[in-house]
Amino acid sequence: MDYKVEIEILLKESILDPQGQAVEDGLEKLDYNNVSDVQVGKYIELELEDLASKEEASKQVEEMCQRLLTNPVIEDYTFEIEELEG
Amino acid sequence: MKFAVVTFPGSNCDQDCYHVVNEVLEEPTDMLWHDNTADLSEYDCVILPGGFSYGDYLRTGAIARFSPMMESVIEYAKNGGLVIGICNGFQILLEAGLLPGAMKINNSLKFVCKHIDLEVVNAETPFTNQCSEGELLNVPVAHGEGNYHIDEAGLQELINNDQIVVKYNNENPNGSMANIAGICNKEKNIFGLMPHPERCSESILGNGSDDGYKIFASILEYVTKRGENNGR
Repeated sequence: MDYKVEIEILLKESILDPQGQAVEDGLEKLDYNNVSDVQVGKYIELELEDLASKEEASKQVEEMCQRLLTNPVIEDYTFEIEELEG
Repeated sequence: MKFAVVTFPGSNCDQDCYHVVNEVLEEPTDMLWHDNTADLSEYDCVILPGGFSYGDYLRTGAIARFSPMMESVIEYAKNGGLVIGICNGFQILLEAGLLPGAMKINNSLKFVCKHIDLEVVNAETPFTNQCSEGELLNVPVAHGEGNYHIDEAGLQELINNDQIVVKYNNENPNGSMANIAGICNKEKNIFGLMPHPERCSESILGNGSDDGYKIFASILEYVTKRGENNGR
């Protein structure tokens, strides 16, 4: 089976995000005074081919996140996997 | 002694490092291409230079860390070989797990490029033995991601093991934790630093400082002494 994967990567919550802070300040300048905890992260989309199951796809994504796509020292990630038709 | 300088796609300080160790220090030096593996045991020190390996895609150093030459560097470093990573080289060492911690974008969100004062915190490493503790070195920085981060337990460990080698003195150009500018591993044979000692190793450059020379002279001193002790 083939799968579509969407991965979201954010700095861990405890870590000050300089980009998020800058965006928050920018929003405040536009008079949005009720915004807090802005985080700027990464979004990665990819397709996986020829896997037996969603579980196997999930295992591979987990491994790819740990080895290359994220730096586990400072980043957290979540992902969603969707089976592709045909 | 013999140096090796590794060139990655996007390295741009490799020739500067080569110049310092080969021309200024007058030690034989090889340039190694990242896409090969090599037996590094013939070298006394391997330099990972600054630049933008693979254009800093994904994260600085994240892809360079998987270059074939890094397998050789990891093996060499784990066997006690001296490795110094400067700027992007430091970032690669972090991504490779040879040094603890990670880099974030500078707090200012700006690329900083200026001379700063570095304080030598540990003058008893192979990379700083020609300095004295507390000495200030005037050295340039040039980076967008030098904001060193580690968790509290990791920071305490760095402090307890005297792994913080140099820190920023008056101004911190990137927001790094505890003003850290450069750290080494527990065994002290791997050193990573954001500032560029190779860019200020000769007074002829006219930038007001040749303090960076002390870093390279320290390596030479360490290797020479080690050779004498081994009866070489």
